[in-house]
Amino acid sequence: MKRYLPLFCLALLAVVPLVGLNSYLMHILILFVMWSVIGMSWNLLGGYCGQVSFGHAAFFGVGAYTAGILYTKTGLSAWWGLPLSIVAVTLVALVMGFIVLRLRGPYFALATLAIGEVLRVTAENLTNLTNGDVGIMIQERTWVEKIWYYYIILAVAAITFYLVRAVIQSKLGYYFVAIREDQDAAESLGINTTLYKTIALTLSAAITGMAGAFYTNYMGYIDPKVVFALHDISIVAIMVVMVGGVATFWGPVVGSIIMILMAEMIRSVPMLGTAHQTFFGALLIFIIIFLPNGIVGDFKKLRRLVGLGRPS
Amino acid sequence: MLDVKNISMFFGGLAALSNVSFSVVEGEILALIGPNGAGKTTLFNVVNGFYKPSHGDIFFNGTRISNIKTHRICRLGIARTFQVVRPLQRMSVLDNVIASAFMRAADKKRAEEIAMDILQFTGLYDDRNVISKGLPLGKRKRLEIARALATQPTMLLLDESFAGLNPSELNESIDIIRKIKAKGITMMIIEHHMKVIMAISDRIIVLNYGQKIAEGTPLEIGRNPQVIEAYLGEATNA
Repeated sequence: MKRYLPLFCLALLAVVPLVGLNSYLMHILILFVMWSVIGMSWNLLGGYCGQVSFGHAAFFGVGAYTAGILYTKTGLSAWWGLPLSIVAVTLVALVMGFIVLRLRGPYFALATLAIGEVLRVTAENLTNLTNGDVGIMIQERTWVEKIWYYYIILAVAAITFYLVRAVIQSKLGYYFVAIREDQDAAESLGINTTLYKTIALTLSAAITGMAGAFYTNYMGYIDPKVVFALHDISIVAIMVVMVGGVATFWGPVVGSIIMILMAEMIRSVPMLGTAHQTFFGALLIFIIIFLPNGIVGDFKKLRRLVGLGRPS
Repeated sequence: MLDVKNISMFFGGLAALSNVSFSVVEGEILALIGPNGAGKTTLFNVVNGFYKPSHGDIFFNGTRISNIKTHRICRLGIARTFQVVRPLQRMSVLDNVIASAFMRAADKKRAEEIAMDILQFTGLYDDRNVISKGLPLGKRKRLEIARALATQPTMLLLDESFAGLNPSELNESIDIIRKIKAKGITMMIIEHHMKVIMAISDRIIVLNYGQKIAEGTPLEIGRNPQVIEAYLGEATNA
């Protein structure tokens, strides 16, 4: 049963839109799948390899702008941005990795945060390339119906899920976890920690970048404040994984459902709508205190907390 | 096999090692003893590549290793354990050993085979599914050895692998060391337990304040007045 769970979920998600959801619900569904992708990619670097990034907006933004600039400057379809963003973001990740991967722990986190912000300011000011704060608008949408966007991001999510699982169960996965647990010990066991951290960063970045390119195509409009956002991208990427479960296959998926639903619900409450980040903060504190391994990682504990589990 | 030539290591103004030279012969067990702070672990860190020596060179089978990175030194065949045990905590015992076996294994199946062999060899087979965090100290020390062995070294550096063991664990560990020696693996051992040192080592080097003060067989070292004064103590209070 457990073996077929991913396939079952995929089939379920593929069938859901066929019952005829309205445009708003499709939007929620698309956001949920997109955030699962970003969460899974963040988890690869932050959860398994232990390199906590506060700057995944950098990759998301570069991916988004790869698609956007491709469209405005060459007239090609922004969909080419999906494969091309992998190339662009990989380059960014390699340069960034060279600088930040020599730092450890909180210093690494702060450096990634800084780079995300640097890229945002850069995108705001490189007006020739990015149109600055005016942003980039995709004039003609590929489809009016949301369902095709949904299937595209669902395919990306399925590939990401299986890719992450294959990586984690291979030599790479063992090395990533070894580096997370003790970098010096890993190094003395013959693991080239710099190389493997770079691999984790690049893989993670490339997937997030692809999600960014998808975002450009789907939303039809990007500007630096949106796609390089610290709060709405970098922090949410961390939240999705923390809430769902760090270093678990299903954690980012579960975390993404909760974060998206919560954001939408709070947004619809009058007066409180703009304060959704306050609630995210409160949720994060709750998770860290009561479920440090997230909902998936501490599932048994969660059942006990709500009084469902049998006493063990 | 290993040639340490005029190694000095300064931390600020402090000489943790000054002008230390010695060689390790293939197949032997060389013990490193000396009071706390004598520079024993620093010496391991220099051999292992964690520190670059301030002066001097180290050669391993003729290759200069004093300027290359730790993971490459490991690939050349030098593995080590840590004085303060550093298992990969949230991994099972088996996964710990698999992770290090991957260095020479072509695929996961092979890495698992190597790991299983080594767990049998070190008597940790029954604990293979335990998360390493939960192991008692004696077994964690042995896991350190198992993990180092999984990289299939020709030379093993053991940093106080016997400290804090109870008598029966001590005997088990001595057995394992003898079995490792029988496999032809050369060892350098840091140890305070004189009974163990005298029983298993072929030669002993004594460090004090970062300097080598004596080198010789266990018998010679036991009689050396300088060593007795610096470390062993007089026979009457031993």
